[in-house]
Amino acid sequence: MALKFRGFDLVEFDTLLSEDEQLVRSTARQFVEDNLLPIIEICNREGRFPRELVAPLGELGFFGPTLEGYGCAGMSNVEYGLIMQELERGDSGLRSFCSVQSSLVMYPIYTFGSEEQKTRWLEPMARGTKLGCFGLTEPDAGSNPGAMRTRAASTADGYVLNGEKMWITSGSIADVAVVWAKSDEHGGKVRGFLVETDRPGFRAEDVHGKWSLRASVTSSLSLSDVKIPKENLLPRTEGLKSALMCLNQARYGIAWGVLGAAMACYDTALQYAQFRKQFRDQPIAGHQLVQEKLVWMASEISKAQLLALQVGRLKDQGKAQHFHISLAKRNNVWMALECARMARDILGANGIADEYPVFRHLANLESVKTYEGTHDIHTLILGAAITGIDAF
Amino acid sequence: MKILVCMKQVPQKDAPLKLNESATWVREDVGYEINEPDAYALEAALQLKEKNGGEVVAISAGPARAQTVLREALAKGADRAIHLEDDKFVTLDAFNIARAMAAAIKDEAFDLVLTGLQSDDYGYAQTGVLLAELLGWAHATIIMQVEAKDGGIRVKRELESGYFQHVEMPLPAVLTIQSGIGKLRYATLIGIKQAKNKPLRKVSYDEVAASLRPNQLTIEKLYVPKKTKQTEVIQGTPSEVAKKLVAKLRDELRVI
Repeated sequence: MALKFRGFDLVEFDTLLSEDEQLVRSTARQFVEDNLLPIIEICNREGRFPRELVAPLGELGFFGPTLEGYGCAGMSNVEYGLIMQELERGDSGLRSFCSVQSSLVMYPIYTFGSEEQKTRWLEPMARGTKLGCFGLTEPDAGSNPGAMRTRAASTADGYVLNGEKMWITSGSIADVAVVWAKSDEHGGKVRGFLVETDRPGFRAEDVHGKWSLRASVTSSLSLSDVKIPKENLLPRTEGLKSALMCLNQARYGIAWGVLGAAMACYDTALQYAQFRKQFRDQPIAGHQLVQEKLVWMASEISKAQLLALQVGRLKDQGKAQHFHISLAKRNNVWMALECARMARDILGANGIADEYPVFRHLANLESVKTYEGTHDIHTLILGAAITGIDAF
Repeated sequence: MKILVCMKQVPQKDAPLKLNESATWVREDVGYEINEPDAYALEAALQLKEKNGGEVVAISAGPARAQTVLREALAKGADRAIHLEDDKFVTLDAFNIARAMAAAIKDEAFDLVLTGLQSDDYGYAQTGVLLAELLGWAHATIIMQVEAKDGGIRVKRELESGYFQHVEMPLPAVLTIQSGIGKLRYATLIGIKQAKNKPLRKVSYDEVAASLRPNQLTIEKLYVPKKTKQTEVIQGTPSEVAKKLVAKLRDELRVI
């Protein structure tokens, strides 16, 4: 049963948003309502990425929206966050795709790239005619990317890349990969490289059998003697720090995105509880234990909204620090996953069927809790920020 | 072609109905949205502009909140906007809204005025027609298609029972546009950004007050419909129930 989303605002949150911010949100909400929700359950069942939505998303300006020039709109970080929220109210998979395209590929090209690289890639990526992926994680280097094995060996006219990357969103549909590798030319320091995916020696294989993010593409990349020219080095990358700067962009987007998933679960559970009757012909929304769950969800979403907005405002003022973003990512993903689990409870047996979006969100959020810095790693980042002592 | 699009902000269709204290209208603190047929009028205007060039101007009458509607129109591609801004515009009937709009555009030379065929709240379907009368222009209602033709326009009207009528009209003219006649565009991010720099002229109540007349229509009372149907369960053995049912159908309802 398709329950129409009724929005979520318990604390007059909208009064904190400008007219433009609200318009951006309503555009994204309407787009998701019209184009993603009618197909998402089937995409999820079939494990299919809705590629047909890429061009329309590009037309709206949803790829690289915070960048200036190159066909990008130069929106604020709060506006970007609201787009992420609405996309993820639809599905974490589509939001992940947009996060990768915007924060993990366009952002590093914009921030660390040469003018030639920007001119070549950013405009087609903004339109969605070129897609990108981000290769940092490896089979044996997840939370500790410094342990990566991928190497770039310098040659007379460029570099030769060798290595394996794992859990790469959009890997097999990308035209270009931002690959992070230890570069012998730079004393073994990590640098970012642009690798066109049609180069000999580059292979992307999709991960099958996922229980989560089934509507987005997840691949492994293998680079075997992939030759790239000198100009494919992202010239302004400086060690692992540069890769982490990209992750911070994406983590920020996630802190907003998961609000959407949580709102979808909450609103579904609330509407279900209002019409589902048990005991004395009473809607279960009138049962104390159900109310406790709904209240928990509504309270946590309200707090998480305010946190995301504050970090967004800080980011727009250039004051956001990495631990602010860790705080928001960690808290908001956790609360969204708890909301999804509670919503599943409230829906009873109906909660496991894809007639409702709850279990899909629940399964998706299990990935979101892990990627872009696991919940535990963000705990350690915050721990280090508070105490001044690194625990890892 | 210079086109004016009249747009109204209305309470959200699926928002719970909250009545004001005097029970004459809905409370201010509900969600608002663009009147749906007006969104199609804007779309039709933008398409005409894309084909024939010209200018699209959006106009709305209402409190400060109604500016949202105009901002969205600008973000979707309207060139400028006119806001008749005052809380009092909410209390005017269609006749006076048409008068206020006619007064606000008296110094402009539009070729075409488009508006939704009716509003989702009052549902009078009068504003466009009255505006045509006040301007002394031709008008046509329930329009599904508009195209420029030989210095005028050719329109397709929806009639009853699946019939359509094609009419050729001179300009200037007023058309009221049917809902759902095509696909609405979204406001793109670039459009939203550009809208910030587009002109929005504000017109105060005082500026148009001289053109207004006493309302011809007043709302006396609004109420949520009460349930009037009642279900009666007839008790007894099957034969008794059948007898009682026949008696009711024959004597009370007189259907047998």
